[in-house]
Amino acid sequence: MSFLEIRNLTATLSNGMPILRDVSLSVAAAEVRGLVGESGAGKSMIGKAILGILPRSVRITRGEIRLDGTDLLALPPAERRRRIGQSCALIPQDPLTALNPSRRVGPQITDRLVDILGWTRSNAEARARDLLAEVQIPEPERVMRSYPHELSGGMRQRILIASAFAAEPKLIVADEPTTALDVTVQKQILKLIAGMQARHGTALLFVTHDLGVVSKVCQRLSVLYAGMVVEDTDVRGFFSAPDHPYSRALLAATPVYTDPEASLTPVPEAVITAVRAEVAAADRRAGRG
Amino acid sequence: MLDGRSQIKRRAGLRLWLSAGWLVLLVLVALLAPMIAPKNPLEQDLFAGRLPPFWVSGADPSFLLGTDSLGRDVLSRILHGARLALTVALVSGLATCLVGATLGLMAGYLRGWVDVVISRLIDIWMAFPPVLFSILLIAVIGPGLGSIILAIVIIDWTRFARVVRAEAMAQGAMDYVASARIAGRGRLGIMLREILPNVLPTIVVLLTLEMGIAVIVEAILSFVNLSISTDDPTWGGMIAEGRASIHQAWWVLVFPLITLFFTVLSFSQLGEGLKDRFDPVLR
Amino acid sequence: MADLYTIENLRLSLADMTRRPLLGTAPQLEILKGLNFSIPKGSVMGIVGGSGSGKSTLGRAMVRLLEPSSGQIRFDGQDIAHLSDRELRPLRRRFQMIFQDPLSSLNPRHTVGTLIAEPLRLHGFDDVQGRVGRALDHVGLPRSFLTRYPHELSGGQRQRVGIARAIAIEPDFILADEIVSGLDVSSQAQVLRLLEDLVRELGLTLAFISHDLSVIRRLCSRVLVLYRGEIVENRETAALFAAPEAPYTRELLSAIPLPDPDQPWG
Repeated sequence: MSFLEIRNLTATLSNGMPILRDVSLSVAAAEVRGLVGESGAGKSMIGKAILGILPRSVRITRGEIRLDGTDLLALPPAERRRRIGQSCALIPQDPLTALNPSRRVGPQITDRLVDILGWTRSNAEARARDLLAEVQIPEPERVMRSYPHELSGGMRQRILIASAFAAEPKLIVADEPTTALDVTVQKQILKLIAGMQARHGTALLFVTHDLGVVSKVCQRLSVLYAGMVVEDTDVRGFFSAPDHPYSRALLAATPVYTDPEASLTPVPEAVITAVRAEVAAADRRAGRG
Repeated sequence: MLDGRSQIKRRAGLRLWLSAGWLVLLVLVALLAPMIAPKNPLEQDLFAGRLPPFWVSGADPSFLLGTDSLGRDVLSRILHGARLALTVALVSGLATCLVGATLGLMAGYLRGWVDVVISRLIDIWMAFPPVLFSILLIAVIGPGLGSIILAIVIIDWTRFARVVRAEAMAQGAMDYVASARIAGRGRLGIMLREILPNVLPTIVVLLTLEMGIAVIVEAILSFVNLSISTDDPTWGGMIAEGRASIHQAWWVLVFPLITLFFTVLSFSQLGEGLKDRFDPVLR
Repeated sequence: MADLYTIENLRLSLADMTRRPLLGTAPQLEILKGLNFSIPKGSVMGIVGGSGSGKSTLGRAMVRLLEPSSGQIRFDGQDIAHLSDRELRPLRRRFQMIFQDPLSSLNPRHTVGTLIAEPLRLHGFDDVQGRVGRALDHVGLPRSFLTRYPHELSGGQRQRVGIARAIAIEPDFILADEIVSGLDVSSQAQVLRLLEDLVRELGLTLAFISHDLSVIRRLCSRVLVLYRGEIVENRETAALFAAPEAPYTRELLSAIPLPDPDQPWG
């Protein structure tokens, strides 16, 4: 059984515009699933729905989000928050805004352990030091006493990774965690996330727009268009022979320096028209059903 | 997102209509005061002193909102008072805006020594206690309509200058300004064509806020008897007189106070509503 | 071929506000540390580097949004490094810039039509409306977009407006600063193809700033690699990708995650 099971998740804006359409996907323990799509495809919304941090204007109208067999959406809010707090964590996109600029780094890692999991302060601090060492931060003691602005972007992202793994969550949602970083730093961070995930046996849902990144860290992936999963497959199969025309077009549009002539092919109009028709057909079925 | 916008729009719409409605009514009243006021606001009738408003027993129905201790009609005095209040609001609001926004825009966009000079001036200016400053000013140049307006402009231009400067600075760092320079626009052109339209919503909000403040300042100055001659009816003057007889004739205080309250509130709400209307993204 | 740009010993320092003491002025931080290179007429020069490499600062110095501390920027033979705003104005018709974020580089209060017409009017072109229309045609946007506002367009469409605005006044040179980094891959591919075609059709000289070597590979004939304000490599694109010389270029290249699970990415 997969640790995370999403079934038929459907969400709309309060004006009724659908933003997730019948999304189903699963992440097994110690597995990494990529969520790929262009902006507005709803990939971040899925992560937010799992963590219960959807914007106010978004309503889930149907579906299940099962964590370890329990449907989160069927639980009373307080219980749901407790479950999520105990077993899930987030690695956010922007390491600059994700840390409170006016507080030292140390307490920002330990707070969660102390407040939610009831650890003692000294245990939590020891744990934070160990984790900072694990994410290869030199002088963890000094860093814990620093303010976020004193650290580089890569450093801050390492801290957020340490913080995400601190409470040994079963599932981590990584929302475009390297988009704001230089490509050389991105490589270090991706390797770090992959290594930590394997060591801790965490299930990882990796939201990204970059197919290159997917091919490096994920085992399975879901391709989204307009809030609909158009392809759910394993990574190896996807990159050798993508199934859906939209996936193929997306792959052909991705710049590849080893093959400059073939890459950067604009997505053909016909592909967009076809996938839009598919979305519309799905909406009609949902309307009837 | 779409829905959030339409909600903002609806709320802003109601706010805009209510506040604009009140202010339009006030403008009409001010213009037509001599025609629609039931009595002469200056006419005293000591036998008809402290008559209550029409629904209280012992009232004279020809004095709808009662009379003050000298027997002057409260309603007529409020209506006439609107003329002064609005004149002060419009003239001093616009003048303050013109002075403050111009200096703020220059400081914020041109930067350099212009900014240093204007910013220091603002700092020094703001260190003076405003009410004391205005009382002092009027004591020196003497009371009168012009003095009130001058006092408000001299005291409050910093309010515009500070905010507009910060806003112009933020806008000046945007790439569309760089883009206009690349296109070949000069500094004055960028200030007026690129930055001003983007600072305008802020200016409008400040302007309406300032009009509200001007009404209050005028009322305060009337209250301490430094406004225009005491004969001309002013809301502040009425409130000051009403205070003395609050236990015998509450209406003398309460009606001008309510009028003042709604007027100031309408000005600030009008600004907020207009700001949303001005925003091309929300529009 | 003659060089359109020749840059000699270009240095640029900015005040470092993060290390500004409580009293006194902020220390100067040297962003560009003596750059020498030239851009031949009709070529496409890629400028690549990480954050803090100074690539955007270099671009902004080349179109004189920033004034260098020392050195020369010769544009078609004339040193523009220290010209005043007024002296630059007639030259500005000849070098244009497309910005990274079209939402912030297009004034939100102007329509697309006004935005494209603005540089034409400022430089006294005749037949402004006709030129605006043709610029729109060039970038593949319908004329109905003339009355739209930037926020009503998609990211790719906005970037096309930015391009239309830059090409409308028929410049010799265009600086494109990270113009596709904010776009989805599908619009990225479209905008790059468009730029490719325009350069060929209009005979433009282009400097293309990017952090993404994959994009540069496709578009540029020459690549300049910047690292902490210095040029570490300046070579023909094919040669550079075949055998990168500078250690930093090698690091940059090997860090790119290709969409291929079998790529050794050690």
